[in-house]
Amino acid sequence: MKDWPLWEVFIRSKNGLNHKHVGSVHAADAEMAIQNARDVYTRRNEGASIWVVESKYITASDPEQADAFFGPAEDKIYRHPTFYEIPKEVKNI
Amino acid sequence: MNKNEALFEYALRMGDSALIHGQRLAEWCGHGPELEQDIALTNISLDQIGQAANWLALAGKIEGKGRDADQLAFLRDAWEFRNVQLVEYPNEDWAYTLVKSYLFDSFNFLLHQRLSESANPDFAAIAAKSLKEIAYHKRYSAEWVLRLGDGTELSHRKAQAALDDLWPYTGELCEMNEVDELLFAEGIVPDLRVLESEWRAEMRDLLAQATLEIPERDHVHTGSRQGIHTEYLGHILTEMQFLQRAYPGLEW
Repeated sequence: MKDWPLWEVFIRSKNGLNHKHVGSVHAADAEMAIQNARDVYTRRNEGASIWVVESKYITASDPEQADAFFGPAEDKIYRHPTFYEIPKEVKNI
Repeated sequence: MNKNEALFEYALRMGDSALIHGQRLAEWCGHGPELEQDIALTNISLDQIGQAANWLALAGKIEGKGRDADQLAFLRDAWEFRNVQLVEYPNEDWAYTLVKSYLFDSFNFLLHQRLSESANPDFAAIAAKSLKEIAYHKRYSAEWVLRLGDGTELSHRKAQAALDDLWPYTGELCEMNEVDELLFAEGIVPDLRVLESEWRAEMRDLLAQATLEIPERDHVHTGSRQGIHTEYLGHILTEMQFLQRAYPGLEW
């Protein structure tokens, strides 16, 4: 059991919301990962749906590249949709 | 025996099996082979103890002598317990624990399915509430039996050894006595002989899938309906009841 791989767990708290990352579990395969996630992360009624993916299949951005990756977006406020007047007829946006 | 006495006996049988199974599984707390499995078994243990609390509270109400669930759980001696002997068996190792759990869970699931349609509204309500939990317990233990039985050479050997030792304790699961006959006639509890054929068919299917062989010996351990238990029950009670025996009336 020491060589069980790590799985990342995503839980949707109710229908209509997104799955959110909540943590990880060890498990021998996908089915066991789902059960383990259920037992570890939904004990207090947190979940309506679970996704698991083996951690090795997650590709992450490089923290050392964070400046080049995310820095340029910092001063481009015009990308936020706050410069438009919303017509009165539009109730929700 | 009148109907009220039969209801009391049956509620004890349900409550005690859940309680002792839950107590046994709780022994894994902090000792599970993986953190996740430790939590899984503890969850199941707590489900079982919750079910026990419901059944024993009902038993106390039926008896009408003012005993509550705690008094029934902590102040009776072994011969007054009505749990099936199977759940008393020590955990031994992971294979034993999960094979024992599966044998019990699969029976327990069929039993609760029928009890949820009981003519007695209290029985039906507790059974319906417990059924969802037991469905998961069975799913969990069945999967482990498949994994271990049809796993490595070592896991197969351990699972088969567990099944060989535990199988003789399943003979009494579906035994009927006068309690069953009386309550069955009233539509309150199921005919266990019918349930037994369904349970055995399920055992043959799943255990075959797990590449495990059902032992052919006819010998059966029995007697829990009359309060006859294995030597293990006394030891379980010693630990479980210690606090109430040493400090009578102590509350959280």
